[in-house]
Amino acid sequence: MTLTLGHFLSLGAILFALSVIGIFLNRKNLIVLLMAIELMLLAVNMNFVAFSYYLNDMRGQIFVFFILTVAAAESAIGLAILVLLFRNKSNINVDELNALKG
Amino acid sequence: MDVKTGLFYFFSAVLLFAGFRVITSRNPVYAALYLVLAFFQAAAIWILLKAEFLAIALVLVYVGAVMVLFLFVVMMLDINIDSMRQGFWKHFPFAAAIGALIALEMAAVLMGGFRLTEEARNSAALVPVVPQFSNTKELGKLLYTEYLYPLEIAAVILLVAIVAAIALTLRQRKDSKHASPSDQVRVKARDRVEIIKMKVTQPVQAEVAAAVVASVEKK
Repeated sequence: MTLTLGHFLSLGAILFALSVIGIFLNRKNLIVLLMAIELMLLAVNMNFVAFSYYLNDMRGQIFVFFILTVAAAESAIGLAILVLLFRNKSNINVDELNALKG
Repeated sequence: MDVKTGLFYFFSAVLLFAGFRVITSRNPVYAALYLVLAFFQAAAIWILLKAEFLAIALVLVYVGAVMVLFLFVVMMLDINIDSMRQGFWKHFPFAAAIGALIALEMAAVLMGGFRLTEEARNSAALVPVVPQFSNTKELGKLLYTEYLYPLEIAAVILLVAIVAAIALTLRQRKDSKHASPSDQVRVKARDRVEIIKMKVTQPVQAEVAAAVVASVEKK
């Protein structure tokens, strides 16, 4: 039994589903929500690398490179906003972020 | 079942376990550490897929930078974990059902539709696989020729992220004493010393002079 492309894609799918579950479960905790988003990006990157290998095309890996860049920027800004939020409200409960509700 | 398949299953099992612990662990510090483990396993799987550069970049960028940032933030914030966990198990059945649905649907499609194996890959390859093949070199060639403008845009995105993160978290503390260097440099002599013209002697008023004389005579 050798590895097929489907194996890697299934691994990515399971990881993605796991992080979706994580977003449902940790609705209150903003930090774990950010971590679940990182896990989702990892699952997507896994698909890109698998396709790149099995189709013999380096462009998939280029795309992963850019996703890594954007994910790093996203998490840096997300954490900065989180720190700012904690400074102003003294907690990071997602349910209490209703200042823009009107 | 060859060695590569065994390694794949081992790394995937640890990866999925780490992912599961990330979303269920009680303490956010443990969640961050399990996320580090997950990234390491993913890097190992990418090395199985012969994407060495990206695997090393994943370890360096994610484990070295992003996860350390996460750990810093987790340790800096004083979070009440118990209030965060309210409603955790209440949502669990629904979340598990949704997740299982997503995973099963995707896996059904993917395992059915993508039975591409190693042999098919090698026969379909346009360029013959050479032993000196360097993943990093090929990636660099593509990145700096065909994808030069996207690379520049990625650099600008990173710059914007730096500026935004610093600008968001920068604050002036009101309780700290600080000197302003620009004000200190710009200061002129006339701001510091004021020269007042005065007469050498002033005429003494008559009553004051009389009082002074009287007090002297009393002694």
